[in-house]
Formats: sequence, C-alpha cells, structure tokens
Amino acid sequence: MTGSPLKRTLSYLGFAAVAVYCLAPFYWMAISAFRRPQDQFDNSLVPARWSWENFSAVFSGDNGFGRALLNSVIVAGTTTVLTLLIGTFTAYALARLDFRFKNAVLGLIVATTMFPGISQLVPLLKLFTDIKWINTYQAMVLPSLGFALPLSVWLLTAFFRQLPFELEQAAMVDGCTRGQAFRKIIVPLAAPGVFTTAILTFIAAWNEFLIALSMVNKKEMQTATVAISKFTGVSGFDQPFGTQMAAGVIVTVPLIAVVLVFQRRIVAGLTAGGVK
Amino acid sequence: MTTTESAPAAGTAAAGAPRGRGKSDVQGTRRLAALLLSPTLLVLALVIGYPVLAGFRESLYARGEGLDADGFVVEGDRFVGLGNYTAIFQGDRADAFWNAFSNTTFFTLTTVVLETVIGVAMALIMQQAFRGRALVRASILVPWAIPTAISGLLWRWIFQADGAANAVLRQEILWTADGFPAKAAVVIAEVWKTSPFIGLLVLAGLQMIPRDVYEAARVDGAGPVQQFFRITLPLVKPALLVAVLFRMLDVLRMFDLPAVLIGVNQKSVETLTMIAWFEASNLRYGSAAAYATILFLYIALIAYLFVKLLGADIIGEARQRTRRPRAVRPARAGRRAS
Repeated sequence: MTGSPLKRTLSYLGFAAVAVYCLAPFYWMAISAFRRPQDQFDNSLVPARWSWENFSAVFSGDNGFGRALLNSVIVAGTTTVLTLLIGTFTAYALARLDFRFKNAVLGLIVATTMFPGISQLVPLLKLFTDIKWINTYQAMVLPSLGFALPLSVWLLTAFFRQLPFELEQAAMVDGCTRGQAFRKIIVPLAAPGVFTTAILTFIAAWNEFLIALSMVNKKEMQTATVAISKFTGVSGFDQPFGTQMAAGVIVTVPLIAVVLVFQRRIVAGLTAGGVK
Repeated sequence: MTTTESAPAAGTAAAGAPRGRGKSDVQGTRRLAALLLSPTLLVLALVIGYPVLAGFRESLYARGEGLDADGFVVEGDRFVGLGNYTAIFQGDRADAFWNAFSNTTFFTLTTVVLETVIGVAMALIMQQAFRGRALVRASILVPWAIPTAISGLLWRWIFQADGAANAVLRQEILWTADGFPAKAAVVIAEVWKTSPFIGLLVLAGLQMIPRDVYEAARVDGAGPVQQFFRITLPLVKPALLVAVLFRMLDVLRMFDLPAVLIGVNQKSVETLTMIAWFEASNLRYGSAAAYATILFLYIALIAYLFVKLLGADIIGEARQRTRRPRAVRPARAGRRAS
C-alpha cells in the first residue's frame, strides 16, 4: 500500500502506540524479574545489574514451583485431550449430520459458556468433598471440561462446516462406512482446526484460577497460577514481587512463544468462535 | 437461544447429506447423532446442569456450624426455604450485597465501554497495511496470552506505592489499598488485558468489508468520519456485538483479577463472584449458593436483553449467512487475506 508520507508516518505512530500499549507491562514484568532483589524497587528502564537471583528463588525449597508447573501441565493437558476427544465427535455430528433439534442442541451447548463458574463451584466443591476428591487432579479437570467443551464444540463445528462435503461422500460411495470416511477423510482434513482448538483450550485451562484455588488446599497439588499468587518468598514480611515476576515470566514465556508461532491459527480460531 | 435464526445453516447441512435414501438411513443418522452427541451432553449435564440444580437446592438449606477434627463441617442441613435469599437483602449483608452488585455492574460498564473504544481504535490502526503489521498483530496477542492471575500480580507490582505507575504519573496514589484507586486499578488492568481481544475481532470484521464500498462512498463525497459511522461501524456491528457480549459475560463473573490485584473481601472491588467465593470458603455453602444463583440470574438476564435488544447472534455460522448478505464469503476470505 502506498500513501502520503504524512499518512504513513501517522500509521507508524499508531502501530508503535499499539505495540507499546500491549508490551510495556509485560516488559516491566520481565525486566523486574532480572533485577537483583536489593534493586527490586528501582524504577529504571533497564536493570543496573542483571541477575538470575529471582529465578533461582522461584525454584527454592519452600515454593514447590516445579511441582506446581507439573500439576498445571497435567491438568491443562488432560483437559485439552479429553475436550478434543469428546468435542470432535459432537462437533462432527453438529456440522455434518442432519437431525431435528440440531440448532437447539448447539444453542444449548453454546449457552453453557455464559454460565458463571462460581455457581458450578459450590455444588461441585460439596460433591467432591463427599467423595474425597479434594486435592485430586480430577477435581480440577472435570470442572474445566465444563468450560472448555462448549467453546471447543463451537469452534470445531465452525471448522468442520468449512470442509468440503464431497470427499467424504465420494469415500462412502467407494465403499467406506461413515466411520471410515470420518477417520480417513475428515480427521486429516480437520487436523488444523483441531490443532487450533487444542491451543486455545490449553491456554484457557492453563490460565484457570478459581477452580484450582478452591478444589485444592494442599501445596503439592496447586497449579502454577495458584502457586505464584501464594508465594511467600524469602523476604517474608512483604509480597516477594521479584520472585513472583520471575515465576510469571517462566509461566508466560512458553505460552507467548506458542502464541507467536501459531499466531495465524489462533487469530483464525478466535475470530471463528469469538471466544475469550 | 438464538437458534431460530440459524435455519439457513441447517439447510446447508441438509443439502450436504445424501438425499432420497430410505427411512432406515434417517434413523441411522439420528442414532449416530445421538451417539456422537451424548458424551458432550453427559459431561455438560454433570458439571454444568447438575450444579445449577444442586446449587439452587443448596441455596434453600443452611448448615449446622459444627466442625469436626479435620476442619470439615459436620453434616446437618436444615431447610430454610428462601431464608438464604432474604438474609442477603437484610441488614449488613444487604450493604455487602448491593456493594458487590454495584461493583460488578460498575466494572462491567466501564471496562466494556473502554475496551470497545480502545479495541476499535486498535483495529482501525492495524487495518493500515504497512510493514510491521505482523509484529503489531503478534504483540496484541501478548496481553491475551498472559494468565489473568499473573496479570493481576503484574499490575499489583506496577501499582505498588513506589511502583512504576506512580513513578510515571509522578503521584503518590495508594492504588492497591482501597477506595476508588483500587477500582481504577482493576479497570485499567482488565482493559489492558482484554481490549486487544476486541481489537482482533473487530479487525477480522473490518477485513470482511469489500473495498469498493469505500470507493463508492468517496465518489459520493463522504469524508472519513462519515465513512466510519455510515459504513465501517454498521458493517462490523455483528462482529463487535458478539465480542462485546462475551466480554460482558466475562466481566460479570470476574474473580481472578481483583482477587489477586487487590485481595478478597475488600469492599472497594468485591464482585458477586468474590462474595460467593468468600462465603463458600467459609463453608457457608447455602448462602454462597444463593449469591451464585443471583449472579447466574443476573448474567442470564443481561445476556437475554443483549441478544433481544441488539440482536447479537452467538451462533457464528448463522450470523455469517444471514446478517451479511452483501459480503462475499466473508469469514474465510477475510482470514486468508490477513
């Protein structure tokens, strides 16, 4: 695109404004993580002395952060795998099969995304207490499924609808059963959409806080987001911001890397579903 | 909810299915559909449907206050009817409730308005096709990808008494203590995190608008402002409405951000979810369930009004097919071009 120099300058300024708006707080987190604990309240834009001290403090004895990361991976990973397994079948039916009440079913599933997590929490907390599920992975995975499934079904339905119908029909004419046609034709074609849904589901499950905070009271079972918010740190009397910022960097940098690599897919997924 | 409008989508699916087969095939399809749908419906019934009903039942009961040796409540439910609800609206509890209710409403209104304005501005900026656009689009995903609890900590750090915010503003505001600054801190942090999301959705909407519409408008003598209000805004309205609806529903149940940024049981930022959570964490399940039920009804009412009044359509495909007859293959064309 060409434009007058003035217009071009203005849009570069606009670009810079957007980038600064989005990145400045994150930059501040990263840069604070690299300060020495004694420089923590220094407000210079670049640390006077770079240091890894905050990062080693994150993994020091009391925090149990390694375990928390593992818990997060287990909870978010299991949620993602289960969501995709269950959601793919449902989305296929909603996008491909013709039956009565189809739109009512899709509407019902989508409507459950509006459900506030807190109303889910109280009964499930009571139920899980009764069946001794408090401090277990399933107590975090199962409620997360309730949030992840509707969005995934919705996204996958949108993706499945975009696939060409003819290939599947041709395979069925050639003697495949519907199941075979699904496995051999639809699954490979749908892989990109499924992958996009997987990323979005994983990020949502990784970011989950309310359920993980409530269903677990043992430190060894906390997920990373909960663990970081409860860091006590070495200083003791004050909130250990340096350690928390370092932990925040550790938790977000892999996510941001994934987001940047698969940027295009994620935008496609977000705009297809309009999900959070 | 809005299923009546998605009839065209059903029509397409019907056209795709093999026609003119016998009755057994229709039955087979139905059986297959039931089979494929049942796992999702089962899970949703278990973790959403059951809690709605059990939560409502729970809200009609109060528990005995006794604790056993492990700190768990001794069983002892007693039916109190609507007692938990009437208790919410009486005395001190009423103040706490209306405070949480007005905080929730305040956060919803301010953040949604601010992030819509900022998001639309971002989308308009990003629509300019210059070099560096990919970089900006990547950076816009950063706030969205940071877990809300972490961004709560991040902003708590920025809003420290001797933190970055006060250093930049050359002020000495006690942001995270209480009062209005605490509210403002929550609004700022929330708007930072979510306006890029609105920006992305609106950008996708913008890219679906054919360029010749603008050329025609220019020929007819429309200025940039007129173009924005007469063309851009009406044409991105469907995408924008869906984004706004989802943001509203999200803020109405906000918990992570104020809980981490300011803390739970803080009058200035307590939302309905937080007050319900606080009750539950103090093992007053009946009252917690009553708060949760009220919040649930509030959200349902807002969603209903929003969909009814503004015609936001939450089933995307139907939206694309019925609401944008003029755009040519909107979603996919837009996405590829991006």
